[in-house]
Amino acid sequence: MSMDAVFKALADPTRRQLLDSLHANNGQTLGTLCEQMDMTRQAVSKHLAILEEANVVATVKDGREKLHYLNPVPINDIAERWIGKYERGRVKALSDLKKNLERED
Amino acid sequence: MSSQYVYVTYIRTTPQKLWDALTSPEFQRKYWFNMHQESEWKKGSSWKMLFEDGRVADAGEIVEADPPRRAVIKWRNEFRPEIAAEGHAICTYEIAQEGELCKLTVKHEIDAPPPSKFIEAVSGGWPKILSSLKTFLETGEALPRPAT
Repeated sequence: MSMDAVFKALADPTRRQLLDSLHANNGQTLGTLCEQMDMTRQAVSKHLAILEEANVVATVKDGREKLHYLNPVPINDIAERWIGKYERGRVKALSDLKKNLERED
Repeated sequence: MSSQYVYVTYIRTTPQKLWDALTSPEFQRKYWFNMHQESEWKKGSSWKMLFEDGRVADAGEIVEADPPRRAVIKWRNEFRPEIAAEGHAICTYEIAQEGELCKLTVKHEIDAPPPSKFIEAVSGGWPKILSSLKTFLETGEALPRPAT
């Protein structure tokens, strides 16, 4: 359960797309996730295994189905590791400013 | 339709220490935004989450308690009417030893269609609480209280 595994898991656009999809709609099955991806079921399943290995995706069995949840805890651990108590307010202010400036009205 | 969130963290500790950190007010205050909980942590006992000044944030009861492995809490927000209106949520803690690590799974679900206001409110808090709990158990010190 290392930070290396988290960085490796995040260093791929397909895997980030899977996380975005779970962020928008948490608790999806492999089947639902596959419908949104332009690749084979095996490929999606392999990417999900890497995300699960890094603990950024948590799975829960629901009857015969396996539901996938975005688990933001390891990403938060990384943020806490480098963003200290005093920086946090400023980083949040800058990130809010960026969001506001980049918003298309 | 229900809304559910699942959080998992791996902590270098023992199931008993993790159980104690989750259930004892003196430990909770260190990693849970200075809040603490009051309960006997037995099936049927009442459960309350209190702010630092003693106001009740959430209340409910213990539905299941199997120390140091599993607890289920029936949990309702008590201080924001729009969230309280969604009724009770169910929060489950599961602790499993995996080698030198303990896997803590927190599931929080409510019988309200997504986006649930309750889930929205707790989902911002859980990652911070769990990161802080992990740091507290592994180093003896919790993370600084978040600025926001």
